[in-house]
Amino acid sequence: MADLYFADEGALRRYKAKKIIVSILLYTFVTLFALFMLLPFVFMLIGSLTDAKSFDEFTKTANFELIGFNKWSFSNFEAIFSGQIVNRITGATEARPSFAQYYLNTLITAVGSTAVTVVTAVLAAFAFARLEFKGKNVLFTLLLATMMIPGELMVLTNYKTTKSLDWEFTFSALIFVHGVSVFYIFYLRQTFQQIPNELYLAAKVDGVGDVGYLVKVMVPIAMPTIVTIIILSLMGAWNSYVWPLLVANGGWKYDKSYNMQLVSNGLMSLFNSDIANGLDAIKIAGSMVVTFPLFVFFLIFRKYIMKGVSRSGIKG
Amino acid sequence: MAEKAIKLPAVNYDDIRDKKVIGKRRRISLPQWAVAWIVLIPALIFLVLFMFYPIINAFFMAFINDFEFVEGAGSFALGSFFKSLEEPCVNWNLFHPDVCDMYRRMPSFGFNNFVYLFQDAHFPATIANTAILVVVEVPLTIIVSLVIASFLNNIKALKGLYQTIFFLPYVTNAIALGLVFNMLFSHTPGGIINVIITGLGGKPVNFLNPSAYEYWVGDELKAVLPPASKFNQAIVIVTNSVWSGIAFKILVFMAGLATIDKQYTDAAKIDGSSGFTIWRRITLPLLSPQILYITITSFIGAFKMYSGVMSVYTNINGSGFYFGGTEGYDWMPVVGWIYKQMDPSSGNLSKPGIAAAGSLVLLAIILFITVIQFAVSKKRVHY
Repeated sequence: MADLYFADEGALRRYKAKKIIVSILLYTFVTLFALFMLLPFVFMLIGSLTDAKSFDEFTKTANFELIGFNKWSFSNFEAIFSGQIVNRITGATEARPSFAQYYLNTLITAVGSTAVTVVTAVLAAFAFARLEFKGKNVLFTLLLATMMIPGELMVLTNYKTTKSLDWEFTFSALIFVHGVSVFYIFYLRQTFQQIPNELYLAAKVDGVGDVGYLVKVMVPIAMPTIVTIIILSLMGAWNSYVWPLLVANGGWKYDKSYNMQLVSNGLMSLFNSDIANGLDAIKIAGSMVVTFPLFVFFLIFRKYIMKGVSRSGIKG
Repeated sequence: MAEKAIKLPAVNYDDIRDKKVIGKRRRISLPQWAVAWIVLIPALIFLVLFMFYPIINAFFMAFINDFEFVEGAGSFALGSFFKSLEEPCVNWNLFHPDVCDMYRRMPSFGFNNFVYLFQDAHFPATIANTAILVVVEVPLTIIVSLVIASFLNNIKALKGLYQTIFFLPYVTNAIALGLVFNMLFSHTPGGIINVIITGLGGKPVNFLNPSAYEYWVGDELKAVLPPASKFNQAIVIVTNSVWSGIAFKILVFMAGLATIDKQYTDAAKIDGSSGFTIWRRITLPLLSPQILYITITSFIGAFKMYSGVMSVYTNINGSGFYFGGTEGYDWMPVVGWIYKQMDPSSGNLSKPGIAAAGSLVLLAIILFITVIQFAVSKKRVHY
């Protein structure tokens, strides 16, 4: 802050008063907007904890006593995880897949696809950043051009290819079809390029080969970027919806009890199920269960995620 | 401090690269281009199989008239094309044994799929829907995030907390949150937004429900709400999209603001410029690279909108293809229409040629927007 000089005491006082008023206004606005941002989460928390029948009553009467603390329980979460949903309005019961199953499917997909994506991205970025070969620029331009192309264009053929490979309802379809990300290659290439050339030459002098240099020098230096990619890729897999809906929605191909759905698709099918009709609180609990793990993940890796996202935003 | 000059032997880097200097440990080393292609193999396999090939294939699908996948031809569009050329003549007509060829669908190249698109009752409207939503929500989201980022940049206490709160939507599941927005904007008395509206003395609003609703509170009929208008639905869609869109943009703008040298703003302060003038004349121009980047990526991303719009309707009709109104087409975006054509619930893609043609139209729109934005930005962006 620069030192400001004022003509007299009055001017200084006016300046200070103005500053206080401005900061009060700033905080008021920012706080109000923060409350707007938090409203859906608060609603989600209250809704998921309220007994399903009381919540249904609440939506019809707007009687806030119905969603008070004394009505709270974990019954909705029990229903979500046991898969036994009793429609307390009609009395009907239905066994649905447990959300634990969705968790497991999503976790396997997320870890698998992240591993494949990171390995392919590191290797490809290394070639583009450090090695010289014919056709490098053409290939790289081609890669960048694909970033413009809407995914729907590729989904059509990929769906058919998946069927021909007999990958439907398998993790292969979920993991390998998106096994490479042009954006991550691009992002990682830029980090690799910032590593000074001298290190490469020094490694050569020491008799370290190209791959050895990548593993021993480049990967450790670029670790923050790689961690960012891992985190973004895990989050992307957790939230993916359209592709799993096409290739792994349910598991009736092999047997009814076999379920391949990921969390988003499982959630969607819960919303659609007749049994959850009128049980909005259970649906909200489902949403909560899908959102919560990512929240915990975010709070643990907050610094990495926010730094990584803002950096990838500027450079991407 | 006196430094002793150390004489290093002159190093010829080319020699090092070719390993002439390293004498002792001889090992077989591949030329660089070979190493490059080897490490590229894993990425290339996936790229070729699941990206380059599908893109080229989609062009064939779009330009083969009334394209459909033929059993046994795999995913290759031309394969289906030739396979259907060879289709044996199945004669269904006992009385005219030579008539079968007349009914055989002969594959051909042409623009039929595109003609279908623009004769469709809904496709042109989906382009208009998407364009309207994009034109409203992208500038709104950018302005809101710009204002909040600038405000956050000017406060010190609790800055980290606010930043985290505004970032939360980035890590929430769009479908989960869509349901919550649907309920917040519920037409029933328990809809929180309607509680607020009526609490402020307003009349309840039907935001999303496609049918009329009798608004009973207790035993009293307060109002009969008409079916949700397109405008009311758009309020929910835009609110949801602004809510979930600002997280990333605020973060990028904050990062940009952090790089602006305090000297400029301090100098302006000493000259007696007001806060707003400083923001308008100094901060904004210096932030223009970030604003350009965000504008381009937001417009492209927004034209591909699908789950965001679909999710706010989930609790009304969760088919994935319902976008308001009695027919489900009120705010259907282009991508929603394309997915509806694919509808794989029957176990096969129902209209792949038309879906491919629709995707190509979307691609053309995106390219067009990008070209225009780059042309405009050349004059407007300060680096």
